[in-house]
Amino acid sequence: MKVLPCGDSGLLVEVDGLPEVLALADAVRAAPPAGVLDVVSAARTVLLCVEPGTDLTEVRRAVLDLDVGAGAGLSDGERVEIEVVYDGPDLEEVGELTGLGADGVVAAHTGTPWRAAFGGFAPGFAYLVGGDPRLEVPRRQVSRTSVPPGSVGLAGEFSGVYPRSSPGGWQLIGRTHAELWNIDRGALLQPGCTVEFKAVR
Amino acid sequence: MTRKLEVVATGALALVEDLGRPGLAATGVGRSGAADRGALRLANRLVANPEGAAGIEVVFGGLAVRAHGLLTVALSGAPAPADVDGTPVGHHALVTLHPGQVLRLGVPPTGLRTYLAVRGGIAVDPVLGSRSTDILSGLGPEKLTPGTMLPIGTEPDALPLIDVAPVALPTGDEVVLRAVAGPRAEFFTDVGALARTSWTASSRSDRVGMRLEGDPLERADSGELPSEGIIRGSVQVPPGGEPVLFLADHPVTGGYPVAAVVLDADVDRAAQVRPGQHVRFVLVPPPWQENP
Repeated sequence: MKVLPCGDSGLLVEVDGLPEVLALADAVRAAPPAGVLDVVSAARTVLLCVEPGTDLTEVRRAVLDLDVGAGAGLSDGERVEIEVVYDGPDLEEVGELTGLGADGVVAAHTGTPWRAAFGGFAPGFAYLVGGDPRLEVPRRQVSRTSVPPGSVGLAGEFSGVYPRSSPGGWQLIGRTHAELWNIDRGALLQPGCTVEFKAVR
Repeated sequence: MTRKLEVVATGALALVEDLGRPGLAATGVGRSGAADRGALRLANRLVANPEGAAGIEVVFGGLAVRAHGLLTVALSGAPAPADVDGTPVGHHALVTLHPGQVLRLGVPPTGLRTYLAVRGGIAVDPVLGSRSTDILSGLGPEKLTPGTMLPIGTEPDALPLIDVAPVALPTGDEVVLRAVAGPRAEFFTDVGALARTSWTASSRSDRVGMRLEGDPLERADSGELPSEGIIRGSVQVPPGGEPVLFLADHPVTGGYPVAAVVLDADVDRAAQVRPGQHVRFVLVPPPWQENP
């Protein structure tokens, strides 16, 4: 675990990988050091944002003293099923990149449940992990200026669904009508929940 | 009679802002809020509101508002000249608007963002606990347009204590920002070059970030960085080498390396930098110790 500087209102904690990120974020949320306002998990880091004036020396010490369960990972969350029409513009290309063919990609994407690891990027967007490892593909060389809402994509070890229209560089394999975000309920996919994709039509 | 503020004109951009939505970054919702938080707080203190009451953030002046009911207001931030029905009124000062009177803001000689606080606060419906407009995520009230009627909340019990606050105005000269070398400083051949360059604020700047133009920073490591959490004040450097200083509506995560992070108090001053104005960074040590 490495603590990196982030000005006077945050600390960026770098760990080995996603299981460690999830364990650390759980530990921080269970016993937040005084002054911590926001905890932002990502693939290899956890950012702690603090109230201005917080003593970061203390926060840093508290983080290093945390009892981080070894790879405790994701707590069991709610199960969410998402219906997908697999007709994305990159489906064929992902079929070639993976050697699975378009049908194989759909089978792999629906065949293994995913877990929502963390949010970011946009309100309601969740980085999903734990799917079929054969689906690991790079981001597109050139990102799209506008990805339609509901687009289901792949990038690296992650899958995800765009909650609203935004620029994006993920490989798009399908689309869904599921409402990923509304301001009354917040995010449909909360960190920890299990996501099962189902092919329709 | 319900007190309201009618928007007559908006200038370039006028938004309702409070101190934002902390605590939601894990679901992709950034904090947002006033770009110059200190200025909003001051305007609220002048009218004896809680510091986090919602006010109006105006870019480059040009706002005109008509009082419906008797309203006490105060201006702060960029010192836009102001008048009420043609009679000049002060900056950082209490101003009374009688029913039907119109407060107009001209173009500030320095600074970028002027704040208008109304005693009682702007009482539009909060979204996820805040009345701030977040232009990146599209949350919060719509940007103001002529004809908008803004409800005003109940006046607080506290009474204003002073008439005028003697505080420094935003400068028109080069703005010096204190920054700590960032979490990814080692991605650059020489992060000190950030502090040796006189940067120019680009007209493509907005509430998401101030885009800077100048001698591009050189990358030592062209490796990919997995996206990671971003904090307000982060100086992120895309492949072109020209930095972006993230402001109120910054994304929650980002994939380019952060070379430095501006101290929290100085981010407010950064929010007052106008396009074309020069910016210099001064690198200071991190505010925490390895081995206390």
